[in-house]
Amino acid sequence: MQQQKSLVLILARDLADKLASAMFVVDADGTLVYFNEPAERILGRSFADVGPAAMQEWASAFGPLTVEGRPLTLDELPLTVALRERQPVHKQLAVTTPSGEVRQIAATAFPLFARTDEFEGAAAVFWELEG
Amino acid sequence: MWGCRGSLAAPGPETVRYGGNTSCLEVRPSDGRLIVIDAGTGARNLGIALGKNRPDRIDILLTHLHLDHIEGLGFFGPVWDEGCEVHIWGPPSPLRTLREDIAKYFSPPLFPVHLDDLPSHLVIHDVPGGEWEIGATKIRAQPVNHPGPTVGYRLQDGDNVLTYISDHEPALGVDLRSVTPDWVSGYALAYGADVLLHDSQYTEEEYPGRVGWGHSSIAHTVSFALITKVKRLVMFHHDPLHSDAQLEAMLVRAKELWGEEPDDIVLSYEGMEIEVS
Ligand SMILES: [Zn+2]
Ligand SMILES: [Zn+2]
Repeated sequence: MQQQKSLVLILARDLADKLASAMFVVDADGTLVYFNEPAERILGRSFADVGPAAMQEWASAFGPLTVEGRPLTLDELPLTVALRERQPVHKQLAVTTPSGEVRQIAATAFPLFARTDEFEGAAAVFWELEG
Repeated sequence: MWGCRGSLAAPGPETVRYGGNTSCLEVRPSDGRLIVIDAGTGARNLGIALGKNRPDRIDILLTHLHLDHIEGLGFFGPVWDEGCEVHIWGPPSPLRTLREDIAKYFSPPLFPVHLDDLPSHLVIHDVPGGEWEIGATKIRAQPVNHPGPTVGYRLQDGDNVLTYISDHEPALGVDLRSVTPDWVSGYALAYGADVLLHDSQYTEEEYPGRVGWGHSSIAHTVSFALITKVKRLVMFHHDPLHSDAQLEAMLVRAKELWGEEPDDIVLSYEGMEIEVS
């Protein structure tokens, strides 16, 4: 059998591709498989530059911080929480662009289940907070 | 092939050559078993043809529960036959088992007899996530892009592979020409198949008015078959509005798009026999 993304991931990517909101999609292992152009605008990097990438790799690429400015560990990221707990999660955090600019964002991450017992990955929608 | 019409049975003088019965395929693997794919109105004639020569066990693979794929089930002789073991496989919904969904069709007022009152020995299975075997045939079901829980099937007997994806819109939201194959719905099911039976419901002109309905234009069907590198493509699930002449015009267009070896693409018709090799 050839490798193929699950239908849920294919549809999640299609949705992200058509959304004006920033959206991030990871598979069940946490591998970053897609983020859309609105996400590129906030993160300051294109998907082609970053992905596909393993969790450790993409997590450090965005220089995530708490709202107070302390570095966020991998375990604290909304997407990794959604992957681990398999529950939706909402957080405010900050990301660092390649030029060193720190941007405050709010992110909602949620698990993707094809059936109740078929976990396919997770997605996060996020947006930049004013000021 | 006992039925290759999509959506609704379409009998009449306009459809005599390709047939008006909805999806039903009789598969005979090398071990002599009987595997039926989909139970549209064509299943009634299959039941009649089997007559007393039916095997003791019949496996029916359902792609999904849209009526055109199950309405022949209640008229398929073997389900009324006490001595027959009928195994039905298909996709469950996120909240209900396949049995619960089939029981909706087999209940008044939609059908006079309850599922539990059918005389045959009925065994209903949610399709497994991985590969399983029915005799010598290795089978895989995978969700494909179509409204509601829907799967396609890949059947392998020895080295011979048959893929059946009757209702499929792989081009929904995706440009098939630019996306990498692993992002195409149905890719793994169809890759390298000797024979692919695939949705070919619409012309290229019709599709823009039917985006999201769960079906393919002939251009999508051919693109999908080229991406998946299948050896032969059988155009399936004909639109009930398409006459025999229109189907033949679609075949001409499909051959143009297909390029080399135009004989490797054919229209399915009732009574067709295909050797998978
Ligand atoms: Zn159909
Ligand atoms: Zn359908």
